[in-house]
Amino acid sequence: MLLSMTAQATDADALKAGVFNPPREAPDFSVRGSDGAVLTLSQYRGKVVVLGFGYTSCPNVCPVTLAVLAQAHRKLGALGAQVQVIYLTVDPERDSVERLKQYLAAFDPTFMGGTGTAAQMAAVRASYGVTAEKVGTGSDYAVAHSSYMYLITREGKLRALMPFGHKPDDYVHDISMLLN
Amino acid sequence: MNIVFHKRVGFGLVAVTVAVAVALGAVAWAAFTPVTFASREENFEIPKGTWARRMAGNKVEILPTRVFLTLGIRDVLLLKNLDDVPQIFGPTLMMPGQTFRLPFEVASSYQFACTAHASGQMTVVVDEQPDTPWRRLVWRTRRIFRVVA
Repeated sequence: MLLSMTAQATDADALKAGVFNPPREAPDFSVRGSDGAVLTLSQYRGKVVVLGFGYTSCPNVCPVTLAVLAQAHRKLGALGAQVQVIYLTVDPERDSVERLKQYLAAFDPTFMGGTGTAAQMAAVRASYGVTAEKVGTGSDYAVAHSSYMYLITREGKLRALMPFGHKPDDYVHDISMLLN
Repeated sequence: MNIVFHKRVGFGLVAVTVAVAVALGAVAWAAFTPVTFASREENFEIPKGTWARRMAGNKVEILPTRVFLTLGIRDVLLLKNLDDVPQIFGPTLMMPGQTFRLPFEVASSYQFACTAHASGQMTVVVDEQPDTPWRRLVWRTRRIFRVVA
């Protein structure tokens, strides 16, 4: 118990991301994956999951975040196989399974996207405290959304939150710590 | 008359000299004394009953709307939710009893949604590390104005 607490404190001191203590169970979800199959968080138990929310028409934050994650994934080398990036859309109206698949593959073919009905995706966002707001009208609207990435442990615990703007090395650092 | 005048001028000169010396000493101290804190963490607690008081119509301000941090010396925000209900901080939920520790590495102004605030917003201003005499002087001067404001 004492060892576990010490480990947790050391962990908290060392991670580059914002750390929750104690970590809570990451809310599970069931949506359509970009591979066409059902996508749940729990199916990746045993892997560290990097979970983000965004959309394929996002002009700046999402492409930057995904490029950073792709770079981090490459830098992790063999350890990358124990990590799963999941990107859930905040724009289910436009982000079809095919569109998500094509978009994410441009960054890293192992990245998994998730979409569903507007109500389904809103429920997932609410369970994580994520905000998303449609800005503008017509087919060219934007979605203002939270830009943080959630780091979920192999045991499915929501351990940390990486703010936008961190470098690939910070992800490599934190993911390596969570894997260990 | 002349003696009295000279005495007054002399006293005035001494007073001005002392005042200038004290001011220069203060500036030198502010510029050359390193800025230190006992901990790099800035702690805030959301007290039990915050949500209930707000729901009852009370204006509850328990956290400052602007929090100032400084890289290298006090650059970690530590929030503790002691309330009975989850609180939203930034893009996530903090469960009752949960602590969220957020380190900063880039000087900037960060906006967070925060249900512990009546305004629903919290700004964290992260300043550069005051690692040169000029930066220390600016940092201390700014701090005085922030406290007064």
